[in-house]
Amino acid sequence: MKSISRQFSNQQFFSFVRKEFYHVMRDRKTLLILFGMPVAQILIFGFALTNEVKNTRIVVSDYANDPASRRITERMAASNYFDIERRLVSHREIESAFKEGTIKLALIFPAQFNESLSHGNSAQIQLITDASDPNTANTLVNYASSIIRDYQAELNMLHSVPYSIIPEVRMLYNPQLKGAHSFVPGVMSLILMLVCVMMTAISIVKEKETGTMEILLVSPFKPMLVIVSKTIPYLILSLINVVSILLLSVFLLDVPVNGSILLLFAESTLYITACLSLGIFISIKTATQQAAMTISLMGMLLPTVMFSGFMFPIENMPVPLQVLSNIVPAKWYYIIVKSIMIKGTGLALLWKETLILMAMAIFLLTISLKSFKTRLE
Amino acid sequence: MKEKPDNNQQLTIQVEELSKHFSHFVAVDKITFDVQKGEIFGFLGANGAGKTTAIRMLCGLSAPTSGKARIAGFDVYRQAEQIKKNIGYMSQKFSLYEDLTVTENIHFFGGIYGLTDKQLKSKTRQLIGDLGLEREAKKLVSSLPLGWKQKLSFSVAILHDPQIVFLDEPTGGVDPVTRRQFWNLIYEAAERGITVFVTTHYMDEAEYCKRISIMVDGKIKALDTPSNLKQQFNVPDMDAVFYQIARGAQRGDKNPAA
Repeated sequence: MKSISRQFSNQQFFSFVRKEFYHVMRDRKTLLILFGMPVAQILIFGFALTNEVKNTRIVVSDYANDPASRRITERMAASNYFDIERRLVSHREIESAFKEGTIKLALIFPAQFNESLSHGNSAQIQLITDASDPNTANTLVNYASSIIRDYQAELNMLHSVPYSIIPEVRMLYNPQLKGAHSFVPGVMSLILMLVCVMMTAISIVKEKETGTMEILLVSPFKPMLVIVSKTIPYLILSLINVVSILLLSVFLLDVPVNGSILLLFAESTLYITACLSLGIFISIKTATQQAAMTISLMGMLLPTVMFSGFMFPIENMPVPLQVLSNIVPAKWYYIIVKSIMIKGTGLALLWKETLILMAMAIFLLTISLKSFKTRLE
Repeated sequence: MKEKPDNNQQLTIQVEELSKHFSHFVAVDKITFDVQKGEIFGFLGANGAGKTTAIRMLCGLSAPTSGKARIAGFDVYRQAEQIKKNIGYMSQKFSLYEDLTVTENIHFFGGIYGLTDKQLKSKTRQLIGDLGLEREAKKLVSSLPLGWKQKLSFSVAILHDPQIVFLDEPTGGVDPVTRRQFWNLIYEAAERGITVFVTTHYMDEAEYCKRISIMVDGKIKALDTPSNLKQQFNVPDMDAVFYQIARGAQRGDKNPAA
């Protein structure tokens, strides 16, 4: 690295990066796709999510039938999220109703609900959902819980001793609720993969195809810097995409970033580095833009969709595929982003995933720079 | 073949028994020649004769298998970086960026050869003036006709005043008038002391060179001034010389103008 930094000239480097930006900015169609795609994907996923929770059929199984339970049920009915059917049902009936798809949520008030609330200051409600569609299940539970919390807050205003109603939530079929709100981290890992791997690979291969790579290799400009400066616009583009995805998810979809934004960006940079390195590697191994694109799409995007855990739960896969999924960088990035955004996890709990991602980035960067030939053959 | 200078300073390209093997295939087979400073040296051969491989070795794009070569006084094995600073190169394929304007291309290539902003400014103005491209300076290169692109490409290749410029079939697909204008640029460069090493398919262009070498199957089969070669083979033009020499070729197609 010493000889590089010695001969590194700021001005040369600056000329090169500026030229790369011209390339990116002049190709308006591609630029539109690159910036529009994450927005479109987030909106599509977001709308698919919000549309489903209007007028959902739920069953209220009220074993208490006292003022408190009736009050909560009325509030549920008053919201436009739920169509309520009051009926005493057994667990078996609930399960069969889920299987038929006639209801999405069951709300069960135990007997003496009001009594335990007023005497013991604490009562339980059971919420049972069909979590085979985790996004819907999560949203329904969130809405139901917030209505219950509102009622609780109202009660507490009237009484000095705080009451607490504890919703006991049971997510059937998918207890860890994999996939809930996960489309934001999922879209992030996909988009970054796409922008970094495919666009970088294509832009380097394009120079080979048009013959300008020869000119660059004959110039005193360091070949390594050719590669580095070609990746810079895509690094910046990717970070802008991260920002726009996060803005959309926080302000439009109410998917908050519970953890540290700084950590999120640091981890994203790590993932972007891994993806850019992959892009460079593909560009070195291919001779045409078409080949680079095919390999990026089939060889990179497909495994990312399959094995990141975004679309298909990895836990449900056969063991060999589960093992295979470990070599997909997107899987680790997806886990990290999901933890930071949704659970608000810090680095203390994510150091293992971070180390894996970092090792991947370093490994990919090393092999791609090593395999880059400074001479044509 | 006369006046060979004793002074080695005058030789900008010295090649001795230079070879390139690709596994069992011998692309370039022990070629030996010298080029003097300011000379226009034609490097002829049928397709597949090994011209491009040879030129790539001289530019440092490809490592030789054996033999010696010094370019601008630097060794091709050990001093590739110094060689790169002292040569210009224009490849067979058109070698400017189509989606950049004329000025942006000049600035970019000047920039990666380390020209300062001040140098870039004056060089750009001069180059655009010389080529009469004032009105096109802010246009994308893709909108220029091929002939202008080639002239611009050549001017950009010698923007940093290299000692030697390597031109690999620079006039492919260009009309005769533009080719003539292109050669005027080459003559101007040679007068400024830039050595021109040019490969071509066009035999009329071979006549413009001071000396030419003809490569057949990786070997140099003839090397002299065009007039000496015509005399030696007792034919009226370079076309006939080329045919006489190249017809024994084992590889490539034998039609030089193809």
